[in-house]
Amino acid sequence: MAEFFHMGGYGLYVWGSFGVTALFMIAEPLLLRSRGRKIRKRIAHIARIEREVNP
Amino acid sequence: MKARHKRFGIVIVGLAALGLATFLVLNALKGNLSYFFSPSEVVEGKAPANHLFRLGGLVEAGSLSREEGDLTVRFVVTDLAQRVTVAYSGILPDLFAEGQGVIAQGRMGPDKVFVAEEVLAKHDETYMPPEVAAALKESGKMGERHPGSKPL
Amino acid sequence: MTSRLINWFKFSSPASFYPLARKISLVSTVIAVVLIAVGLYMSFFVAPTDYKQGEGYRIIFVHVPASWMSMFIYVVMAGWAALGLVFNTRLSAMMAQALAPTGAMFAFLSLWTGSFWGKPMWGTWWVWDARITSELILLFLYLGYMALRAAIDDPRRGDRASAILLLVGVVNVPIIYYSVKWWNTLHQGSTIRMNQESTMEETMLLTMLIMTLGFWAYSIAVAMARVRTVILERERSTTWVRELGGGEI
Repeated sequence: MAEFFHMGGYGLYVWGSFGVTALFMIAEPLLLRSRGRKIRKRIAHIARIEREVNP
Repeated sequence: MKARHKRFGIVIVGLAALGLATFLVLNALKGNLSYFFSPSEVVEGKAPANHLFRLGGLVEAGSLSREEGDLTVRFVVTDLAQRVTVAYSGILPDLFAEGQGVIAQGRMGPDKVFVAEEVLAKHDETYMPPEVAAALKESGKMGERHPGSKPL
Repeated sequence: MTSRLINWFKFSSPASFYPLARKISLVSTVIAVVLIAVGLYMSFFVAPTDYKQGEGYRIIFVHVPASWMSMFIYVVMAGWAALGLVFNTRLSAMMAQALAPTGAMFAFLSLWTGSFWGKPMWGTWWVWDARITSELILLFLYLGYMALRAAIDDPRRGDRASAILLLVGVVNVPIIYYSVKWWNTLHQGSTIRMNQESTMEETMLLTMLIMTLGFWAYSIAVAMARVRTVILERERSTTWVRELGGGEI
């Protein structure tokens, strides 16, 4: 196991590359989801107000 | 419909003009964008004489030597046509080896020895397991560079 | 012929593309997860050690797919931008807008992983050679496009201005691709060439292709999810979005 993480002495470089790539490719969909939620909430909010104003 | 055709025309003309401009710029820059000079170019005097430049080529097999009691290494960089001797004291990268590609930054000394301040290894685009490499070496096919690749 | 044309134009409206984008995104997500999982397994447990670079070469399995995606996404964006300029369709510009952050991310990852590969092998984190510099310019083009979009208040004017920037920048893509051929660079040549045998052992090559397809599916999934958000943001005052607002979005 330790040998696997050691990567023949290139551990820092291999994990530095794969790790940062993974971090970005996980973070991007999560950030996008929160952005989507925000706009959907806002639209639902506006729709509710409109229904109250002219039912 | 008319407006659409007009816009389409403008885009095409714009792209064509851009392509032409780029071609001209690239042509003008062709030499200047190169990262290093080859030993042949250095011998022909194309490299700057009095300031820093980069020299790239292969480390000639059997040319690597360390000076006694000194950290300086000497080796010959070749493009298989011309040879330039390089002196360097510092840490060499992992892939530095005889027969491998190398790029050295430094300046030409008066004794025609290139004094390097930095040495980088250049590797090619070949990737294979050690067993395959050993088998290729055995059959003598290892030295063959791919037809498309540039001489270093 | 006519019916086909109508069909296509139907999906060029944000309202009808919105539900379709969701389906594409879901399917692509599944494909991306499977391919990247297989690709990662192969990257570390199946692909053999390299004869020269040892285990360090495994960085190629993220470096090359990320670099390809960064170039490919830019070309696709420029294509959408051109369509938008010619046909004056809103959706084209939205597609370009939705792809930009993902493209920028891959351009950054290409430089980052390249740097982490260059340090142990070449002996340096960074050099200003033609390949690396032109990839950096690509990252700046993505950032410039996003900044220009954000700086123009009227979205339709923003679409046109940023489309022109995209089209101008597209010349950089062949420069990146051919840089290793045209000039002496520290960067090695292309492993995979269009008209020649590639210079990589088969298992390694297969691993790289699976990772690339996985990144491809990932990009489609994320871009489709983002285009839905972009559609909602930009069309929030239209009737169809208002009607959605009451029910499920």
